[in-house]
Amino acid sequence: MSTETRIDLSQVRRRLDGQGGRRYWKSLEELAETPGFQSFLHREFPENASLWTGDAGGRRDFLRLMGASMALAGLTACTKQPPEKIVPYVRQPEGIVPGKPQFYATALNDHGYAKGVLVESHMGRPTKIEGNPEHPASLGGTDLYGQAAILALYDPDRSQNLLLEGEIRTWSQFTVALKAALDAQKALKGKGLRLLTEPITSPTLAAQVEALLAEHPEARWHQWEPAGRNSARVGAQLAFGQPVETRYHLDQADVVLSLDCDFVSEGPANVRHIRDFASRRRLQAGVEPNRLYVIEGSPSATGASADHKLVVKPSQVEGLARAVAAGLGLAVAGGSSDRAAFVAGLVKDLQAHAGRSLVLAGEGQPPAVHALAHAINEKLGNVGKTVTFSDPVEARPVDHLASLAELAADLKAGQVDVLIVIDANPVYSAPADLDFKAALDKARLRIHAGLYLDETGERCQWHVPLAHTLESWGDLRAWDGTATLVQPLIAPLYGSKSVHELLAACSGQAAKPGHDVVREHWQAQLGPEFEARWRQALHDGVVAGTAFAAKAVSVQPGAWAQAAPAAVSGMELVFRPDPSVGDGRWANSGWLQELPKAITKLTWDNAALMSPRTAEKLGVKVGSTSRGQSTELVELRYKGRSAKAPAWVVPGHPDDVVTLHLGYGRTRAGRVGDGLGVNASLLRTSDAAGFGGGLEVRATRQAYTLACTQDHWTMEAQDQVRARNLMRVVELEEYQRDPHKIAEEFAHHRPAKDLTLYPPDHKYEGNAWGLVVDLNACVGCNACVVACVAENNIPVVGKEQVAMGREMHWIRVDRYYEGDLDDPAVHHQPVLCMQCENAPCEMVCPVAATSHNEEGLNDMAYNRCVGTRYCSNNCPYKVRRFNFFLYQDWETPSLKLQRNPDVSVRSRGVMEKCTYCVQRINVARIEARGQDKPIKDGDIKTACEQACPAQAITFGDVNDPQSRVAQLKQQPRNYGLLEELGARPRTTYLAVVKNPNPEVSHG
Amino acid sequence: MASPAPGLEQRQPKHPMDAPGAPIIGPGHTFASVTEKIARITLTRKTPLFWLVGFLAAFGVLQLMLLAVVNLLFRGIGVWGPNVPVGWGFDIINFVWWIGIGHAGTLISAILLLLRQDWRTSINRFAEAMTLFAVACAGFYPIFHTGRPWVAFYWLLPYPNTMGLWPNFRSPLIWDVFAVSTYATASALFWFTGLIPDFATLRDRAKSRPWQYLYGFLAGGWRGSARHWHNYEMSYLLLAGLCTPLVVSVHTVVSFDFATGLVPGWHATIFPPYFVAGAVYAGFAMVLTLAIPLRRWYHLEDFITMRHLENMAKVMLTTGLVVFYGYVMEAFFAWYSSNTYERFMMWNRMFGPYWYMYWALIFCNGFVPQLLWSKRVRTSIGSLFAISMVVSVGMWLERYVIIVTSLHRDFLPSSWGMYSGTLYDWSAFIGSLGLFVTLLFLFVRFLPAITMFEMRMLLPGALVPHHGHPLPHSIEEEVR
Repeated sequence: MSTETRIDLSQVRRRLDGQGGRRYWKSLEELAETPGFQSFLHREFPENASLWTGDAGGRRDFLRLMGASMALAGLTACTKQPPEKIVPYVRQPEGIVPGKPQFYATALNDHGYAKGVLVESHMGRPTKIEGNPEHPASLGGTDLYGQAAILALYDPDRSQNLLLEGEIRTWSQFTVALKAALDAQKALKGKGLRLLTEPITSPTLAAQVEALLAEHPEARWHQWEPAGRNSARVGAQLAFGQPVETRYHLDQADVVLSLDCDFVSEGPANVRHIRDFASRRRLQAGVEPNRLYVIEGSPSATGASADHKLVVKPSQVEGLARAVAAGLGLAVAGGSSDRAAFVAGLVKDLQAHAGRSLVLAGEGQPPAVHALAHAINEKLGNVGKTVTFSDPVEARPVDHLASLAELAADLKAGQVDVLIVIDANPVYSAPADLDFKAALDKARLRIHAGLYLDETGERCQWHVPLAHTLESWGDLRAWDGTATLVQPLIAPLYGSKSVHELLAACSGQAAKPGHDVVREHWQAQLGPEFEARWRQALHDGVVAGTAFAAKAVSVQPGAWAQAAPAAVSGMELVFRPDPSVGDGRWANSGWLQELPKAITKLTWDNAALMSPRTAEKLGVKVGSTSRGQSTELVELRYKGRSAKAPAWVVPGHPDDVVTLHLGYGRTRAGRVGDGLGVNASLLRTSDAAGFGGGLEVRATRQAYTLACTQDHWTMEAQDQVRARNLMRVVELEEYQRDPHKIAEEFAHHRPAKDLTLYPPDHKYEGNAWGLVVDLNACVGCNACVVACVAENNIPVVGKEQVAMGREMHWIRVDRYYEGDLDDPAVHHQPVLCMQCENAPCEMVCPVAATSHNEEGLNDMAYNRCVGTRYCSNNCPYKVRRFNFFLYQDWETPSLKLQRNPDVSVRSRGVMEKCTYCVQRINVARIEARGQDKPIKDGDIKTACEQACPAQAITFGDVNDPQSRVAQLKQQPRNYGLLEELGARPRTTYLAVVKNPNPEVSHG
Repeated sequence: MASPAPGLEQRQPKHPMDAPGAPIIGPGHTFASVTEKIARITLTRKTPLFWLVGFLAAFGVLQLMLLAVVNLLFRGIGVWGPNVPVGWGFDIINFVWWIGIGHAGTLISAILLLLRQDWRTSINRFAEAMTLFAVACAGFYPIFHTGRPWVAFYWLLPYPNTMGLWPNFRSPLIWDVFAVSTYATASALFWFTGLIPDFATLRDRAKSRPWQYLYGFLAGGWRGSARHWHNYEMSYLLLAGLCTPLVVSVHTVVSFDFATGLVPGWHATIFPPYFVAGAVYAGFAMVLTLAIPLRRWYHLEDFITMRHLENMAKVMLTTGLVVFYGYVMEAFFAWYSSNTYERFMMWNRMFGPYWYMYWALIFCNGFVPQLLWSKRVRTSIGSLFAISMVVSVGMWLERYVIIVTSLHRDFLPSSWGMYSGTLYDWSAFIGSLGLFVTLLFLFVRFLPAITMFEMRMLLPGALVPHHGHPLPHSIEEEVR
């Protein structure tokens, strides 16, 4: 690189800052005369500098540019904002009505795959993401990442400048350098060129990469994703001898067996999995309830939904899978003889539901388990019914661990001249044994492109900020191959380039807009009537008819069937993506950091999760204080490496196993994500990416504080849950015999309606809003919580405040344990404002800031609230949240763009709570009034209801007997939380109905 | 109808508060010596060293309150410890504690006046002052515990406004506003009215012009004419009558803050009487805590005699027993109701994470006061002082137990939490003690801490037959 002396922008800015705004002109003249500044200007526009020597017009342009840059540099010294004029549109863009949002269909990139979404846009700024009902990976629902993507768009820590070794450069400077490097490689047929990406399903991008590789035939394309679907990929290859995409159809399955597979969280079809699974848990006429068996090595949301859960060490899952396979008559060796009774019952149940059963293997298990699952499904005749196969959706599926190891080896051997890393972060996430950080530095020219200047970007010479999916044109495929055109909702906030533009630049088309790249690709695909089909595809959010056809494959016998599972000794360490921040890519999302993780309810940290017995053995004590949950650090020694992590006790965790979630210990995530938790990748090795044995754990007695929103799993809490009938759980058989039993059993809990001192002054003659949560359908995925945060401008408060019990979520998912401390059943219960008809909060507010409306809502007038917090004390459901400080970020400009303009941004000192998304009710009401029609059932969807992939939440008018909500409330399993208090909650719950197999024992 | 001066009415000779042999005023005093002794404290030019030291120390401690308030106003109520589920903490604990302490003053001044308990004379003035200062300390908390004190201080008042907004009259917090502000107003008026004749005495005895003007202004033209005395006595009695229901009503209303809520541990019908008894109990403990050093430092043993101390101990013992009965009944109701929430609440108080608070409370308020059954303890200055301190601590713990242990584990176990005060909670609390003591120091320095004219009436010279009433023989005996 060049060795000239540099002047950096910050130095210039500092100098300008020091001068003060009033002496702006004088100091600028002084400044402009310094040789450093002149050279800075010169280097800022190296291409445009030629204009200076051109004709008069060019010179004028140059002066204009120079003036603009001086003005910009001077801005930092001004204390006042320059006056801005607001003018109305001269010509109103078609379809925009001020104050009315518009929705655009597009897709989000989830580990390379498409999740179809509709994005709400207010006057050109996207504010909220909803699922696209037309899209096969969504059907209208989203997961937590889909909801959090909008915050990532506006993240102020996103990379904003193209950098060369930390200095700002222009796109044209970059493309010149890139062209030079690639031209040099061309001569070598690309021998020293390496490309590292995440999996790619985008047809356009795949074609661009292939074109690049065609130009450089000896270049190599590597793929790396730390918590992707590698076992599934390799397992399919193992079973079928070719790469195939496995597609599960949980709606068709009567009996489901999960072999350590958290199918509600992992994979590109998780939202669809939840929808399909929940459709069989609904207990309505015509729906036959399914049964879920889970054999798991680490507690998961899927395990919480199980009818039968078997907790084993992760290494024992394969033996059990082999035993099931053998029990079904497959020629498989190495079956475990443990839990024979359970396996026998399970095998019998699977056989009885041949063709209507489904076995899924988890990503944490080795490929052999996936192959076994394929073999079992084939044996049971499930193929074509509950499971289908297609050509791989990813371009060139590879074994990621092998691919990254190969790249690391090439790097260490000094064979890499140019490395282009797109959106991957191997420096942070590569398994420790590859020592990728050191290897990376051996590449002569390193180019990193990504949303953030992350750990990898930091070690590359060039960093190219990429545009967010919501800022750029593109395309993606869903799990079934359906393509979606990705359209931008907003111009790139920081002028970043899309990945397509980067690849175009690699092929010498530096100035080609991403729109043209994508359009050209599809022009070839869509053929005649292109324009109409293109517009239709953009409108629908899917390109019709692009789903991949089912493919017939058959399981090939192989060594995997006969090999006994690899012996794992000692304590085991399990690596899983974090339930909230995934593999670390979401680490800088405050919404997700503050989201209580499924099962553990921890926030802002990962921890060494262990069973109560293991903790006792280690002498680890955890407790609860008013400043958070006290625990201690334990030292994890694993394969010659060690790390310290706070211990956390999780009932239902297998003994002698520690789970450490990936995604923490980031050092270059941003303001939010830096320095939280420990990096599990520093212990993870490429030969045991899911779990491994030989772990030693040592208590250090160093105290540590965790922020957990619900840590009371003690027996007294458990007894109280039962005594208070908070979770009502029955068995299917019992429920079918006498559906009204649940209701009758608790009938005496419901006080008479007239048992109140106050006259019933509310008649609810118009609409009466109510909500039902089907606890049997809820899988505890947390999408509703993030959706509520996004919709209602809910602030992030930080770890310390969460630890003090001051989190702000309007809806939370309560987790209760039932039964044995070592193997309890887990239940989820989303709790939001009950909108009580006889609300305890309303009576005690001294200024009537919370009061009842004629539709039954407890309205909050934020401007009237003085903040006595009496309403919160008196709320039996504790759904009220208080702004103890100025929690909302009122300063960061980019975050202001995200706010929902229909919802007040609350300030310090006021109480807030769920309003049933009253802003959405009002929109529907205004719309209905305008058309002089009543509001139709389903016209209003609360944010939580709309996001819920399980469709467990139903909102509507309880006065309308035909509404879905009124119908659901007629179900005998409908009950109100704490109804004996007489608050008459409008939010009610449908009891959990478990469907255990009487023939299965857990022995 | 003319009414006799207080203390001159004939009474039954044997009253439990009339322990024979313990005088309410020391022997050998004349009108002049009483006036001289009390007025000298105020009018002396030389400020005693212990006063300066004590005042500066208290004023220093008061700055902690400033620290807490400045932090609170700049950063938010979050600098204190409340959270969800424990929405109230030190703020309301301290509020109730201070309000309770105030009760002794009103009880001594008003009820004992109406009951013709003339032994009250020497302690009523500073007990009233204590009431006012305690209410001032208490009043600080409800305003600053809100999220937005800058609007809370007037939005809770019913004032006509263009938006037609009124407070919510169903909320006990509004009742509180009325109860506490009425209480503060009535107490201040009562105290000031009682001071008028003494202001006149000070005006007449003051040496320097400014003090003459100041006391003269405060005396409001009092010349001691028969008409003045007549009007004075009438209004004083009327004010006493007005204040009497307040003794019961204020803490009853404060207890409604809890009793009308549905939180287990709050929602109990026993709260009003139990709170009132607790208030009197705490108030007498505080009067004792103040009287004992006061009489010693200013050599007022002749005016605040052992009889006063012993009588106050008896009141403490009685109200302490009522309070203890309240604790027992709370536990009994929890068990007898068979209500899951109530039972768990009681179990949690006794054996949950805050068990030590509960048992410390039972020790302080249940067991320690039983020592007062013994006359030896009642007449030992040291043990009285110690017991009254323990009782003050116990009453603070009582509010801690009621507020924190009820809220921290209420209905949904998912929302259970823990609470503890922060640095700023403590500084606001200790700072309010500083405020209280600062005001007391100013009071004893600049106002007569003991009612001069009422003390004079206890002397034999005052026993002129009045409107034909015979001499109260008990006073005769005592003076002898």
